[in-house]
Amino acid sequence: MEILTAIFIQPFFDMADDPILFLQVIWEGFVTGILYSLIAFGFVLIFKASGVFNFAQGIMVVFAALTLVGLHENGIPAYIALPITILVMYALAFSVERLVLRPLVNQPDIILFMATIGVTFFLIGFGEFIFGGEPKMMITEELLLPYDSITFFDDMLILQEIDIAASGIAALALIFLALFLGKTKIGIALRAVADDHQAALSVGVSLNTIWVVVWFISGIIALITGIMWGAKSDVSFALSIIAFKALPVLILGGFTSVQGAIVGGLIIGIGEKIGEFYWGDLVGGSIESWLAYMIALVFLLFRPQGLFGEKIIERV
Amino acid sequence: MGKKIGEILLSVDHISLAFGGVKALTDICFGIREKEVFAIIGPNGAGKTSMLNVINGFYHPQQGQIHFKGLHRQQMHPHEAAVQGIARTFQNVALFKGMSTLNNIMAGRNLKMKSNLLWQALHYGPALDEEMEHRLEAEKIIDFLEIQAIRKTPVGRLPYGLQKRVELGRALAMEPDLLLLDEPMAGMNLEEKQDMCRFILDINEQYGTTIVLIEHDMGVVMDLSERLIVLDYGRKIAEGTPDEIRGNQTVIDAYLGVTSAN
Repeated sequence: MEILTAIFIQPFFDMADDPILFLQVIWEGFVTGILYSLIAFGFVLIFKASGVFNFAQGIMVVFAALTLVGLHENGIPAYIALPITILVMYALAFSVERLVLRPLVNQPDIILFMATIGVTFFLIGFGEFIFGGEPKMMITEELLLPYDSITFFDDMLILQEIDIAASGIAALALIFLALFLGKTKIGIALRAVADDHQAALSVGVSLNTIWVVVWFISGIIALITGIMWGAKSDVSFALSIIAFKALPVLILGGFTSVQGAIVGGLIIGIGEKIGEFYWGDLVGGSIESWLAYMIALVFLLFRPQGLFGEKIIERV
Repeated sequence: MGKKIGEILLSVDHISLAFGGVKALTDICFGIREKEVFAIIGPNGAGKTSMLNVINGFYHPQQGQIHFKGLHRQQMHPHEAAVQGIARTFQNVALFKGMSTLNNIMAGRNLKMKSNLLWQALHYGPALDEEMEHRLEAEKIIDFLEIQAIRKTPVGRLPYGLQKRVELGRALAMEPDLLLLDEPMAGMNLEEKQDMCRFILDINEQYGTTIVLIEHDMGVVMDLSERLIVLDYGRKIAEGTPDEIRGNQTVIDAYLGVTSAN
């Protein structure tokens, strides 16, 4: 009986008791969630365009952040280092298309997936070779990102300015990308490529261009995530782990859906923070690190295509 | 009928294509004139689809040349062929299955969209006018092919015959100069076949589109086409009008599987 109360009743009393604390928890979850959404978006983009789960997405986050910080450490001012990093991400997209995807065109998806694992290890090695393996501080100040905090309700609710900036920028990026992929020529071409390569080619869509575009956009997303996440912790190779949090987000939202990535990210982000805070003590804490995967598991059982994923229709 | 067959639009000179040791096409030559309906026939595995794939840029022949609109073509990719005005349909329908009929046809107009990406993203300004214009064109095609009722249906759910019609619509939306049709009537019943024949003739007459047709139904081929070539084992064994082909002994032998005397 006691355990039932602790699971089903007590947490809700706690929430009602201290609504400001509840708000704080939701806010923390929202900030994490929107960054998950951003990472998931990167996955969705590449998955839609080439049907491949891009294992390298996580390491691209690290690589982008590392390039930015590394350039700055070598005496290049932030406002020059940032455009250079963007160029580096473009070069990466271009090389991946030319050296990895193009030679493997028409191969089974699993081969392309293995190739992205290859890209991952290359980026780990290359990044360490150039910038070294030790963790670095994100150059928050130089990028003109705020680092104070503001408080409400007599210091009861504390919002970090960097979090506000992070969610603002992430939200802007998501809106921009969603618009860009909705009605534009490239957006339609992208959907066409996702559906049928041969047919897309026949209506004049260049596969190679689309691949460079999606990998470049994913690179930019990785850079934004890297900056924001790096500012919250630090820039190290361990950062690539957060990409795995995008997996439950994708299962929840559907691998092919842009809205799914956004909503899924928020549900996972807020869900795991609330779970941790109100239910965590029951099992000795650290719910946060596995709750997302549990939610994903439940979804796989009941709705394998995710909340917004396309239902697989096939005439037989 | 205001139709006039004109100059050579596409000429194929001594094309040979091999996959490793397998010779798909050997030394093929023919010319397709503007505004004609040209058919390629032959038994299974004769190289008909390979020939279309070469014209369309999916395959790159090892030997020979192709001239399109008088210009010599180097190795070309399918999307470049599309830019130059070559559209096609596929033997096993290749549609964007998740999209509606309308969006499939709109996808065919992708190349014609010229307005700024930013306007398109915001769905405002010049992009709106442009979209209206493309929608109008798409609706014209939908009317033409009599598929108004399935405008919003995801094409994956449509029966095969209608899918083929949508695929034709998407190719038409590109406003091509040369339309390649790979077995447009395979798997259709008599009524659907008659509809399809009517559409092909109408496209040819109303839009003046040159059509290259691969088809197994001899009745259809003989009725529709003005000229045809016959392929067998990757070689051209005959070329001419339907009447000439009908009486050609080599062709009859190829279809009946008679070993030729020489």
